[in-house]
Amino acid sequence: MAKIFRVKASARGGKTTVKMMAKHNMDTGLQKGKDGNLIPAKFLDTVSVSHGGKVVFEANLNTAISKNPYLAFTFEGGAKGEELSVAWSENTGATGTESAKIK
Amino acid sequence: MNRRTVVKAIAASGALIGLGAMMPRVAVAAWNKDAFNAKSQADALNALYGSAAEASADVMLKAPDIAENGAVVPVSVESKLANVESMAIFVEQNPTPLAAEFGIPAGTAADVSTRVRMGKTTNVTAVVKAGGKTYSATKEVKVTIGGCGG
Repeated sequence: MAKIFRVKASARGGKTTVKMMAKHNMDTGLQKGKDGNLIPAKFLDTVSVSHGGKVVFEANLNTAISKNPYLAFTFEGGAKGEELSVAWSENTGATGTESAKIK
Repeated sequence: MNRRTVVKAIAASGALIGLGAMMPRVAVAAWNKDAFNAKSQADALNALYGSAAEASADVMLKAPDIAENGAVVPVSVESKLANVESMAIFVEQNPTPLAAEFGIPAGTAADVSTRVRMGKTTNVTAVVKAGGKTYSATKEVKVTIGGCGG
């Protein structure tokens, strides 16, 4: 599966700032489609970011998060060139793991 | 204890250790169905943290005064409290008020930004759990165009 997250992580002064955005519609299940039927809910419900095997950020999301969810946080540690691993899951049961480099 | 039981015990503990290693240690519980599906903020808060939150100046909630587009409302939560374990964002009058819950492991700053949907003008509340207690900050955000479709 293609990557859904775009991650910008930059290390500075011993800290790493991560800004990430997923390409995802975050369908709430409350909206009607063109045919008048409800579009079933389909949204990212968990996102977990780890660095060097340690979880540095976790998010449990609901449908109230905007389309193309944006998340930003900062953690201590991390250096240029190191990898972050992003694991996500959808309410439909779909999951994925992606990696991103710290710049 | 004879040899057989010792071998069994070792095998069992080995299996347990394996299981523990397989499950990543998480600061935040799994997706809390009761909290995320709760229709009222009080219920959601109760299901998530098990108690009401105390208003605190140490919780900083950044959100616009007026959001033109309710589909994309930038919200930041920051806290100076020590030992922050978890933070949550509630939008009071959304169909399901709990918008997101963030797990903050040690070493991660208690400063998270995201963007939420808001159906209409209502209060946005940030709740921070630190050292076993919950604190909150609330701000009203006026919404010009609702963001929950319909």
